[in-house]
Amino acid sequence: MGVSWRCCDATACRAAGGAALRQRLEAEMGADRVKPVGCLRLCGMGPLAAADYADGSTELVGGVAGERRLDLAHPFFILQRSVVLERCGLVNPNSIEDAIAQGAYAVLDRCRQLAPQAVIEQVERSGLRGRGGAGYPTGRKWQLVAAQASPTRAVVCNADEGDPGAFMDRAVLEGDPHRLLEGMAIAAHAVGAAEAFIYVRAEYALAIERLRTAIGAAEARGVLAGLPIQLRIGAGAYVCGEETALLHSIEGGRGTPRPRPPYPAVSGLWGLPTLINNVETFAAVPAILREGGDWYAAMGTATSKGTKVFALSGAIPHTGLIEVEMGTSLRTIVEAMGQSPPGQVKAVQTGGPSGGCVPAALLDTPVDYESLQSLGSIMGSGGMVVIDGAMAMPELARYFMRFCVDESCGKCLPCRAGTVQLAQLLDRFVERRATAADLVQLEQLCGMVKATSLCGLGQSAPNPVLSTLRFFRAEYEAAIAGPIAAPIAAPIAP
Amino acid sequence: MTGAQLPVRLSINGLVVEAAAEATLLQAIRSAGLQVPTLCHLDGLTPVGACRLCLVVIEGHPKLEPACVTAVADGMVVHTHTPELDTYRRMAVELFFAEGNHVCAVCVANGACELQAVAVEVGMDHSRFPYQYPRREVDASHPLFSLDHHRCILCTRCVRVCDEIEAAHVWDVGYRGSSCSIIAGLDQPWGEVAACTNCGKCVDVCPTGALFRKEDGSGEKQPHPERAQQLVEARTEHHWHNQ
Repeated sequence: MGVSWRCCDATACRAAGGAALRQRLEAEMGADRVKPVGCLRLCGMGPLAAADYADGSTELVGGVAGERRLDLAHPFFILQRSVVLERCGLVNPNSIEDAIAQGAYAVLDRCRQLAPQAVIEQVERSGLRGRGGAGYPTGRKWQLVAAQASPTRAVVCNADEGDPGAFMDRAVLEGDPHRLLEGMAIAAHAVGAAEAFIYVRAEYALAIERLRTAIGAAEARGVLAGLPIQLRIGAGAYVCGEETALLHSIEGGRGTPRPRPPYPAVSGLWGLPTLINNVETFAAVPAILREGGDWYAAMGTATSKGTKVFALSGAIPHTGLIEVEMGTSLRTIVEAMGQSPPGQVKAVQTGGPSGGCVPAALLDTPVDYESLQSLGSIMGSGGMVVIDGAMAMPELARYFMRFCVDESCGKCLPCRAGTVQLAQLLDRFVERRATAADLVQLEQLCGMVKATSLCGLGQSAPNPVLSTLRFFRAEYEAAIAGPIAAPIAAPIAP
Repeated sequence: MTGAQLPVRLSINGLVVEAAAEATLLQAIRSAGLQVPTLCHLDGLTPVGACRLCLVVIEGHPKLEPACVTAVADGMVVHTHTPELDTYRRMAVELFFAEGNHVCAVCVANGACELQAVAVEVGMDHSRFPYQYPRREVDASHPLFSLDHHRCILCTRCVRVCDEIEAAHVWDVGYRGSSCSIIAGLDQPWGEVAACTNCGKCVDVCPTGALFRKEDGSGEKQPHPERAQQLVEARTEHHWHNQ
């Protein structure tokens, strides 16, 4: 009986009762045959455990009693292309030995033999773009930081993932933290940085615990070659995912953005040239340097290369974590992988409070930076929430606007006061007491907040409204109480 | 060391303007005798780009840029008043009036208020956005001055003048979003903050009637926003305005 089990020990499966499933398996098989791992992808069916048989076959089961046998030949699994997540679900995130046995830090060792410029060149060739949402070419950013005349530089990882419906970075942090550390150490070598920081939101308790363990183990074994990587825990402000606010927060100040330029690449942490990338961006780097930039660039579309991790959730049977090639259509993701019956989806929300809704009629849209942007949405960090007919669009827009009201730092007027007014205007549409003038004002104020806010939070706060106005305008118009509104009482029968 | 850089030439509203290479766009606009409204900006203090009133159109830039923090560049083509900018500025001033409790008739700063002046400048006579009537406090715990939060527009001039010029850092911003407020010390009554030197610079630079001398009645506040720049010049250039 050569079976060994991998038990998901990430947040979603823990919440679903993963500990009970693991204890059962350990009692049955013996503790040495059961290994805790990171996300096994199909979170909605959790807790999940995978059985690896001696003949090389694998089975996936879900449920506290392991009662659901899940089909690994389903498109949800076979259409995935694991690059960032290649070790997630296979490696024990608390064991540096296991990570090293599966290849961790081997690429870093090789990169150290290369000139920094050679490393940057591979990242440039890969076409990798920032996975935090803005999509700035990663190689160009590295080049910029490396080119600054400064005796030292800093590397910062943005792990302040906070969009509603986004849990891609959490999966990397919880499932394969050594991949992030390796990616950051490669970046530090490439740009000439002597110190590194990871800024994680405090809500990610398990991720913080795993990172602490991983950093401690990596330093003890000396695999980071003396690069100090420090952990900084956020204090609950979503806007600290904005890079200048994040830097202020690391410096110990109030988490508020400042106008750019100067960009952090020129003047960042304590005035040092600073490279800031998101978790998924750094986590893509070891594979790119191992296989070569051209290998990565062969995946994806003309302008959006490689793979992207998405957090699939909402009104859909298969919810969880997917990594697919850029350019995969929303229909493939939602209908084939997510197994949503045709005709049931109303829209797909991407990009969280900064994004928008792609209507069902446009599900054949390929997922890449430009296509989503042309539809008034954004790629964002990778949250993908499927909306069905039960959700009224003004209400969805109000949900995100209220989120922005709560998360505005209050520094600039349009975001601080404009989002409050926008949320109140949306109340009128949700409660079906709006006027035609409200609709005009809603659109005008959206335009003003978008054009005049200081940072990305305010500039993109109107996007969920503008995008639903674009594709679901009839729902807003129906909420306008006209002069010939329906009679309040039923007509008396003759 | 490099010497002084050559001045740059740029176009502002069709006017060719020469400006020092290290000048901000706002300095160039004002030195050309042109005008854009500002509230958070004050000569002598570090600009923060928060009120968004000085946003201008720069040809070739995808976004509007705040003149107070944007450096001039040779060949820049700038427009300070377009229909779009005029609309946004008026909306911004309406948002300012709607988010606080600004009642000019009973305000110490009536007639000497920068918010009021900007409202006149952009042609705002009423707010089309509903007034929020927030519940705010008045801090009268200081022996000489008071802070009426109802009239505060969060420009942070008081925070900056106290930190950068007086170096006492009595003021800061507390809380988030629409709940933001100026706080004294560790969010204490102002009168309890031992760091306060009673210098009154925060009162001098406050653009509205939020900070005022206790003896001032309606319309009696005499602000001195020019003092920030005068103090900076006195220190850096040893040029004293009272001599």
